[in-house]
Parts: sequence; C-alpha cells; structure tokens
Amino acid sequence: MTDINARMFDRELKKGSAELLILSLIEARPRHGYEISRLIETRSGGAVRFHVASLYPLLYRLERRGWVAGRWVEKAGQRRRRYYRLTPEGRKVLAAQRSAWESFVAAMARLTRPGRA
Amino acid sequence: MPDWREEVRRRLERARLDPIRRAAVVEELAQHLEDRYADLLAGGATAAEAERATRAELDQAAPSAVPDSAPRAATGSASGPGRGASPASPLDRIGRGHPIADLLRDLRQAVKQLRTHPGFAAIAVVTLALGTGANAAVFSVVDAVLLRQLPFREPDRLVTVSARHADRGRYPFNLPDYLDYREQNRTLAGLAAYGTWSSNLTGTGDPERLSGLKVSGDYFDLLGARAAAGRLLVSADDTPGRERVVVLTHALWMRRFGGDPRIVGRTILLNGGGYEVVGVLPREFLFPVREAELAAPLAPAQDASSTVRTSANGLFAIGRLRPGVTREQAEEDLSAIARRLREQYPVANAHKPAAVVTPLHDDLVSGFRQALWVLFGAVGVVLLIACVNLASLALARAASRHREMALRAALGATRGRLVRQLGAESLLLALAGGGAGVLLAGFGVDGLLAMSPASLPRLAEVHVDRRVLLFTLAIALLAAVVFGLGPALWASRPNLQDMLRSRRADGGIGRRRGRSLLVVAEIALSLVLLAGAGLLVKSFVRLQQVDPGFRSDHLLAIRLSLPKDRYRGRAATAAFCDTLRDRLAALPGVEAAGVISALPLSGTVAAVPFTIDGRAAPPDEHLQTHWRLADAGSFRALGVPLLSGRLFDGRDGPSAPPVALISRGFARRFWPEGDPIGAVLRIDDNDQGPRPVTVVGVVGDVRHLGLDTEPEPHLYLPLQQAHEDSVGLLTGNQYWLLRTSVAPASLAPAARRALAAIDPGVPASNIRTMEQYLEASVAPRRFNLTLLLVFAATALLLAAVGLYGVISCGVAQRTHEIGVRMTLGAMRRDVLRLVVGQGMRLAGAGVLLGLAAALLLTRVASSLLFGVSATDPATFAGIALLVLGVAFLACFIPARRATRVAPIAALRSE
Repeated sequence: MTDINARMFDRELKKGSAELLILSLIEARPRHGYEISRLIETRSGGAVRFHVASLYPLLYRLERRGWVAGRWVEKAGQRRRRYYRLTPEGRKVLAAQRSAWESFVAAMARLTRPGRA
Repeated sequence: MPDWREEVRRRLERARLDPIRRAAVVEELAQHLEDRYADLLAGGATAAEAERATRAELDQAAPSAVPDSAPRAATGSASGPGRGASPASPLDRIGRGHPIADLLRDLRQAVKQLRTHPGFAAIAVVTLALGTGANAAVFSVVDAVLLRQLPFREPDRLVTVSARHADRGRYPFNLPDYLDYREQNRTLAGLAAYGTWSSNLTGTGDPERLSGLKVSGDYFDLLGARAAAGRLLVSADDTPGRERVVVLTHALWMRRFGGDPRIVGRTILLNGGGYEVVGVLPREFLFPVREAELAAPLAPAQDASSTVRTSANGLFAIGRLRPGVTREQAEEDLSAIARRLREQYPVANAHKPAAVVTPLHDDLVSGFRQALWVLFGAVGVVLLIACVNLASLALARAASRHREMALRAALGATRGRLVRQLGAESLLLALAGGGAGVLLAGFGVDGLLAMSPASLPRLAEVHVDRRVLLFTLAIALLAAVVFGLGPALWASRPNLQDMLRSRRADGGIGRRRGRSLLVVAEIALSLVLLAGAGLLVKSFVRLQQVDPGFRSDHLLAIRLSLPKDRYRGRAATAAFCDTLRDRLAALPGVEAAGVISALPLSGTVAAVPFTIDGRAAPPDEHLQTHWRLADAGSFRALGVPLLSGRLFDGRDGPSAPPVALISRGFARRFWPEGDPIGAVLRIDDNDQGPRPVTVVGVVGDVRHLGLDTEPEPHLYLPLQQAHEDSVGLLTGNQYWLLRTSVAPASLAPAARRALAAIDPGVPASNIRTMEQYLEASVAPRRFNLTLLLVFAATALLLAAVGLYGVISCGVAQRTHEIGVRMTLGAMRRDVLRLVVGQGMRLAGAGVLLGLAAALLLTRVASSLLFGVSATDPATFAGIALLVLGVAFLACFIPARRATRVAPIAALRSE
C-alpha cells in the first residue's frame, strides 16, 4: 500500500468507528468533550487522536440524531462543562454497532491470519 | 494565552447557528482548547509549542493516527487573530443539518415562541379560522353549484335548446317542432326532449303526488348517465306499447321504497296505470326540473293532441354539440330551421322566429349565479378584513419582538435565519388556523344547507371535500404568509443601531402609521359589506310590506291532483269539487273554503288569448291574459276584495251564459274610464275557437307571480263553466284554500280525513299554511340576507377589534406623554378628546373611503334588491353612522383608560 492509500484506509476506518468510539466512552457515565478526547488519546496510547474540529461536529451530529444528549453541568469546584450522556436510543445504536464491529473484526482476523488463506 | 474564544468565534462565522447556540458552542470549544493548552504547558511544552499544537486542534479536521509531523497549524498561526476567517473551517459544518430536521427545529422553536405568547397565537388562529372557515363553507357551495362540472359525460358540450318567442323570450317547443329540429339540425350530435309530468302514486302506502318528467328515449344516453340499478330509458321505450316503464331518482328510491334492490322489475301504479320500474338513477344525477323524482318515456306517437302544431305542449330540449361546434354555430343552425318552419307554418309558428341555445350548466344555475358570487365576494372581504387584522397583529408583535430580533441580529443571526424563524411561526399559524377553519367549514356547510332555499340546484353535491380542503389550506397559507410574515419582515428590517437604541419596545412611527392605514382599510371594507347588507335588509323589509292582494294569515292551502282516468271531463271534476267544498266548509274552524287552479305567489303562468267585443283588435297585437279557474269560495278564503259587480254564484251553472271576473289591473288597462261590467270577452281556451264570456265583477289585484313582481292583469272563470278542453288546468292541479278561525295548520288532519272520505285515491301532496308559502317565496332572499348580515357583522366586529387594538396600543405608548400633559394641567376631557379624536380620524377616513367604494360596488348586487336603489342615501347614511358609532366605542374604552393614568405613574413608566 502506498502512503496515500494507507491514509485513506485509516480515515475510512476511523470514520466508521468514530461513532462507536464515542458512544462506548460515554456508556458508563456522562463525560465532557475534552475528557472524551483525552480518553481516546490515552487509551489508544496516542495512536488515535480527535481534534476539536472533528470531535465536536461529530458530537453535535450524534446529538441531533438523538443518540447522545449534552447538558451544561456545574460541579463543585469545577467550571461549567457540557457533559454528554447516552440516550436510550443511543444505547441501542451502540449495541448494534458494537456487534457489527465485532463481527467485522473477527472476519478480518480470519481473513488476514497468515497461512490460512 | 491566546483568546481561544475569539479564535473559535472566527472559525464559526460560516456555521448556521442561532445566537444562543453559537455562544454555547464557542464556550464549549474554547474550554476544550484552554484545557488542552494548559495540559501541554504542564507537560513541558513552551508557550509557542503549546499554542501551535492547540491551534492545530481547531484547523485540522481529520483525526490522525500518527502525531502530526507537519501540522497545518502553521497556516492557522499565519492567519492569526484579526486576519479574517479561515477559508473553509471544518467547523462550518456545525449546525448544518438535514432540511427536514431544520424545519422541525424551526417549528419546535415556533411552538415555543407561540406558547409564550398564547394571547397572540389564540387571536391569530381564531381570526384565521373564522376567515378561512367562512370562505371554505361558501366556497363549497359555489364550487358545487357553479364551478364543478355537471355530473354528465363531456358536460361542456351539453346545451339547452328552446324556441325564441317574439316577445316572451325563451319558449318551449311542441312535439312537431322538436321532431323537426331533431331531424334537420347539422350541429348537434343529439337532441333529447323533456316535459314536466305529474303523477299520483297509489297502491303502496299513502297516495302521493309525484313530480316527474316525460323524456324522449335518448335523453339519458345523450347525457351519458348510467343506472345505479337496472337500466335507464332507451329509444326503444318510445315505441307504442312499450312506453309504460319508468325510472326513479335515487332520492325517490330511498324515500319511498327504502332502497329496495328488488324495485327493478316491479310495477307501480301511476295515475291509476301500471308502470314497470326498469331502473334507478345514480345519486348525483340532476334533472333540469329540481323536484322531478321519476321519468317515463315521452312516447311521441301516443298523445294525438301533442302532434298538433298549434298546441303549446311545453317541451324543452337538451342537445349535445358535435365535436368542434360552438354554441353560436348551433344557435345559427337551429335558428335557420326556425325560420324555415315559420315560412312553412306561418300561423302556428308566427311567434317563433329563432332558436336559443344556452350552455346547460348556465341554464341550471342561472338564477343563483349572481347571488352566489356576491356572497362569495362578501365572504372574501371578511377574509380580507381578518387578514388585515392579522397584519396589524403581526406588526404589533413585531414591535414587541423588536429587541429580541435586534439582539439575535447583533449576535450574528443572519436575515435568512430570522426569516426562517418567522416563516415557521407563520406556517404554524396557517396550519392551525386553516385546520380550525376546515372544522368550522364543516359546521358552516351544514348551516348553509339547512337554511339554503330548496330551489338552489345541486345541493346534494355540496360537501367539504378535497377541493375545499385544498382551497382552505391555500388561503390560510396565503393569509399567514402575506399578512403574517410580510409585516413581520418589514418591521424587522435589521436596522441595528435604531433598534438597540430604542428605549421602548414600541417600534417606530412607520409601524404605527402602517397599522393606522390597515385600520382605515378594514373600516372601509366593512362599510362596503354593511352597505350591501343594509340594502338587502331594506329590500327585504320593503318586500314584507308589499300587499300580496290577499290575507295570508289563517289560511291553509291544500294541493290536490285528480287522477285523470277517473276524473275525465268537467262534470266529474266539478262534482268532486262541490262535494269537497261542502265537506271542508262544514269543518269546525273553517270560515270559508274554495278552490283555484293555481296558488297566488306560485309563479305558475297560464295564459289565454282573448279579444274584446266591440273593439277592433290592434293589428299585430295578440292580446293575452293570465287566467285562473276558480270558485267564489276561493276569493272569500283568500280575502280578495270584490270591487264592483258580483262574484260567481249559483246562477253560473254549466248551461248558464258564461261569465268571468277580471282583476283591477285588467279593468284599469282596458277600461281606464268606463265600466267593464257587462263587457263581453272572447277567450280562446279551446280547440273550437274563441267563445264569449261576460264580465260580471272586478276583484282586487293579486300578486300571482311573486311578491317582487307587479301584479299582472288576471281573468278568472268559474270552474262550473270551464271548457272541456281546458278543465285539465284544474284537474291536474288544484289548490284548496281554507280561511280558518283557528290555527290553520291544526285543520290539516281534518281536511285530510274529509278528502279520504270522498276519494281515498286522491293524494293531498302539499298541505301548508299560506304563511309558509309566503316564507318559501322569499327564502332565497332570506338566505342571501342572512349570510350577508352575518358577514357584515363579522366584518364590523373585526374592524372594531382592529381599531381598538391600534388605539389601546397608542395609549400604552403615549402613557408618558399623557402623564406629562396631565401634570401640566390637561383635563381628563382633553385627554379623552385627544385619544378619541385620533381614533375617529382613522374611522372617518375609513368611512369616506368605504362610502366611495360602496357606491361603486353595490351596483353588482342591484338585481338582488327590491324597492330600493343600489345607492340609497338613507341606507348609506345609516350605515356610516353605525360604523362611526362602533368606532367611537372602540376608541372610547382605551381613551377612558388613558384618563385614569395617574400622572406620577405615567412619568415613572419611563
């Protein structure tokens, strides 16, 4: 693969999975945008990073679809922040995307495992 | 640290966000950047590095898997603060959604807006609903009666054909004429004839008098009608021996036979003869004669007398134009035939020089066209006034939303954004108002149908259907957009400095002037409607004051029809009448009883040619007079006065010298000076030639043709002396009149019993009081009048509300000024004069404008008027005073409120 192709592949992969990433991260509890971006960066060991310019449009899109809901919350000792939580519908979407992703990964794994082709 | 808010704001310039949302997004993104910057510094980066990396966050859309080796942040820093927006920020996409989703969001926003101002929303919706509902209701009638095509095949090509009488306009054919026209024309694909035919239905249940038609066999085929059950008549039914068949209308089938499908093939008794029911017409089928409920074959060869060319057997014809032939061409073609026939039969056809061809649709609705259009116009004016109120409301509201709009604009909302928001609000109002309007229209149509005159054609087709629905929605949308959104936009022209500087939320002088102009317009419009309604009211009152020539109170009328098979000839008819008269006169509560061949006000015309003995008949003038067969009792029952001579009495038997009574108009016309008693007339009421009758008395004029028609000269002959050839005038249709000392309707059962005791096979078809007949004769006028009154009252109310709104708004805005004036010593009276004067100036302008418009417009309704000119000064003056009075009230209430302003409070209100 040339460098360009690698980049494209990378982008497509992430576009499809970005929603899944974000939905998973707020599954357990509501988080604010910066927290989400930090989590993505640290948990991927710096391999995956979302910039402001891509993270927020995505968050707003998810919000418009009714999968996540953002709310300004003021916590003691902190400034007001906008927290995103999963809506019931978002929970359904997450479940569906997660199982699709898992079967995709499993399929890719079977296909790309050396010696079995 | 860089101003991240400013950085974000600049990059969001292209995003489509409303101000509040934009502020929230700026805040959220800036927080993120601040945190990132702080974290980078804490991680040991220099300020410059941290700033570069943080800015990269903003300008790089794609998440990267590898740390940015050559971050595009370089371009970002190059276009540092104050250097304008970056060409295409990924952030532009924020807020850009699906158009439907956007619309829904706008609508949600609009709902919220309207819910916070429920008063405005309610008034706007109610105004719209009233306006559109009334329009939809009237439109449904106009549509069904005037606009929609007739329920026939290719209805545009259908025409009515009649002869043109030299001096009486359209004139029916006789059978030989009809056959000649049918054979000889080259422009019609078919010509079918019909004549009225009344029959007594007996044998099943109560005997009943039915109105029907005799039609030529091709009648239904020509129209393209299909049977709802069985078959319709065909040409073969015109052949002798096969003509005893009949088709029923859907209404008769339902009413009389309960919709029984086995009716087809059954034989029913009509006029004592058996007719086989061969089929039922579809529900929407329309006869040219509204009351007709059945049709039998005309069977041309059957009736010997009808083949005589001089006979005036009233046949009318419906033709179908050949493709490509115009009405004018057909009229020319048929008139050529008329001229040929006149040459061929110079005597019989002397008065039929041409033919008249009229579109069938025009012919069916001719009497109602103008009234309906006038009503439609009137209700349109109501809508217009409602819209003007809406516009005024929108202006007022625009004033109060002034600062909201200014703020939004200042925060960066584009004009398009504001337009969309206002548009969504208008759309919502239109949907709500239109929806409520459709509901109202449903009730309105029921109301209209309930009070519409029975003579209005095509009533069965009137209902709220898809066309009405679309119409309502269309006008609601139009109204809401033009009159709701338009003013709001005009008022919200983003003139930022002005708006923000304005201390009060009142809006500018221009807006006030706009509302004032609207009020002037609606006062003018309502005055036009009121003037029209006033003229109709005056006409109606005039009509009620008309002396019909008889006393309508305590008078019962019973319509009978003697079966021709058993009452053939004068003797049988006269004997029946004598017996029945004795019986009826003997009923308790009956003061006088009598019989006449046609009821006053019925409009029934029967004419007979005559000459006066001893006078040379003027050349080329054929004297004709309306005539009736009657007995003396009928004059007593009606209360028609005997002016000179005597009424009919026992002397005027069948073998005595024939006598006649004439009306006062008859006497005045032919004996303006002398005495008509003893004069001898020769009347042509039979086939053997004119016969002499002697005038023995003069009676008062009676309005036989209708209250609004001047009484025409009438001749009355005693039924005992009716000629055998014309006694049918009385056999087929006779009206019994009972002058009662008790409530007339209470005598109906006794009268019915008396009739049944003499002959149970004679149906009494209409037993009604004369008051009811009188009422029915003015029903179309009452209908127009009631509707126009309702519309005019609504218009005045709306105009008053509009004026009130403007004045009270003005008072609210001038609280300060009023306070100052009162502090400076102005009296309450002065304040009152100030406020009321302002309102009355508007009202005065509206009245003047309205009077001018009304003078021009009421002419279109002139044919609906009676006894009053379309520019009647008294009516106009009265209406102008009424409008000014109402306007005064509408101003006085807010003015009084203004005088109650405590000066100190008013000054503080600043």
